[in-house]
Amino acid sequence: MRRVHNEAILPSGTRSGSPPSRPAVITAEDLTKTYGDVAAVDGISFTVMAGESFGLLGPNGAGKSTTMKMIGGVTRRTSGRLSTMGLDPDTHGPEVRAHLGVVPQQDNLDEELRVRDNLLVYGRYFGLAMSYLKPKADELLEFAQLTDKARAKVDALSGGMKRRLTIARSLINEPRILLLDEPTTGLDPQARHILWDRLFRLKEQGVTLILTTHYMDEAEQLCDRLIVVDKGRIMAEGSPAQLIREHSTREVVELRFGSERNATIGSRLSGIGERLEVLPDRVLLYADDGESALEEATSRGLRPLTSLVRRSSLEDVFLRLTGRSLVD
Amino acid sequence: MTDARAVPSAHPPEASAARARRWGAFYYAEQVLRVMKGYTWSILMYSVGQPVAYLFAMGVGLASLVDTGSVAFGGVSYLAFIAPALLVSAAVMTAANEFTFPVMAGFKWRRTYFGPHASPLTPGQIAAGHIMAVTLRLLLQSAIYFAAVALFGASPSGWGWAGVFAATLAGLAFGLPLMAYSASITEDKGQFALVMRFIVMPLFLFSGTFFPLDNLPLAVRWIGWISPIWHGTELGRVLSFGYGEPPLLTALHVAVLCGLAVLGWNLTRRRFARRMGQ
Repeated sequence: MRRVHNEAILPSGTRSGSPPSRPAVITAEDLTKTYGDVAAVDGISFTVMAGESFGLLGPNGAGKSTTMKMIGGVTRRTSGRLSTMGLDPDTHGPEVRAHLGVVPQQDNLDEELRVRDNLLVYGRYFGLAMSYLKPKADELLEFAQLTDKARAKVDALSGGMKRRLTIARSLINEPRILLLDEPTTGLDPQARHILWDRLFRLKEQGVTLILTTHYMDEAEQLCDRLIVVDKGRIMAEGSPAQLIREHSTREVVELRFGSERNATIGSRLSGIGERLEVLPDRVLLYADDGESALEEATSRGLRPLTSLVRRSSLEDVFLRLTGRSLVD
Repeated sequence: MTDARAVPSAHPPEASAARARRWGAFYYAEQVLRVMKGYTWSILMYSVGQPVAYLFAMGVGLASLVDTGSVAFGGVSYLAFIAPALLVSAAVMTAANEFTFPVMAGFKWRRTYFGPHASPLTPGQIAAGHIMAVTLRLLLQSAIYFAAVALFGASPSGWGWAGVFAATLAGLAFGLPLMAYSASITEDKGQFALVMRFIVMPLFLFSGTFFPLDNLPLAVRWIGWISPIWHGTELGRVLSFGYGEPPLLTALHVAVLCGLAVLGWNLTRRRFARRMGQ
């Protein structure tokens, strides 16, 4: 069947809502990758459904990027089973990668080529004809808000623009699955929001997004479902809301007493809320009603330098599961 | 499912994969050539300027001091004697550049190899594409060089033009093992500068370039025997003016050059696969 589409970047085949039972596009069972004695990925299992936005949340070195590389068949797995679009990436690397769009952690654009040429050249790797690539490149530049930079050298782009160009490049073959490895790391807040908006549009068009991140806000914004990964293992799995519900309270009170005093004052807060977490720079009080918890703390005569009541986030989930912060 | 504003969609992934499996190396070669196109002017200047300068300096300047037409020089003018050597040396030097810095850029400095590696292309195809593009550059450069040699009247035989292929082969015989080495370097500690100074330059000087290899003492003559520049040069001389060399020796030159190129290509392919597959 010849697929066509209109204003959108991707074919409209699945845009009109997902079928009730969506097929699995990626299945990993007991997936393992070891380098010497070190297990970068240590027996993880997960399934990603078509059209889903799936996240791997974890700190640097958790094994997220290695997992992404195995999905695309650019790194061979040590053991376990893995299927991408029904194919084994280790034996059918080119066939698997023909289905994918990949946004790597580090930009690897061709800095010696112009912006538009980067898209054309990349499209050629998929054997796509210039008659398709030229209008497609223009369309993607529009999507990435880079039309006026089409003739510019890549060197001249800002970090956010390079990232958007990398995303545009990953879409040149109209992939149904997009792998995004730390898509917004190193970008300023405004650039991140522009990028999230673009990714959200792709999600709306039915593209399966698989992204790694160590930003909990990013995971909350973009992921329908995620796995929390630490040291190559899955710590928890679920939707962001579900994970927060299961592993944290509704609200959190952040109290700062000054770095010297956080630890000593921590003991005087016991009994307030459901749980207490003393970090070097602040004390976290987990409670369903943050305001009352804060009131109770002040009623005990404690005067924090700053206090903040907020909703629980995935950061709290991670802290609970691993005893460590996501971003050091 | 048609729309007046419709843009035709991409062919299905299966077609992408099938084409990439078949033509992937060519697709990557296309990319390297596009990058080279940005340097067209300097490539042309180098290809034309270098032979003219060398041929003039050596062939006209130095030749006036040399006993030209002597038996040692194969009975031809000094210019005709050194022209194949200059042609081959230029190809080897270009290969030494094209198979070092760009490889390091691909793996480390710009990471340009990793972009195509996420596409259906395989590491072996990326290596092959790079090699094909450089081969094309060597052919073009050597053809221009040979045209200059012919204009200087320094190619007596009708077979001199085949020296273009001998030079390209010599470039690959030297360049491909070097490419395998480049692909193994993870940290730049000035290794390439050392390669240029302590390998390329001695080979250039001690490969029977400016005088027959037999004139050198045995202690350094071996440099010529293992040098792709010497094998390429001798082959070029056979093609350019006969040279009276035993046919077996000529066959040996071809065998050594082909052997080094094939060995280098294989090592390169393995290194690329290993390094990208981590």
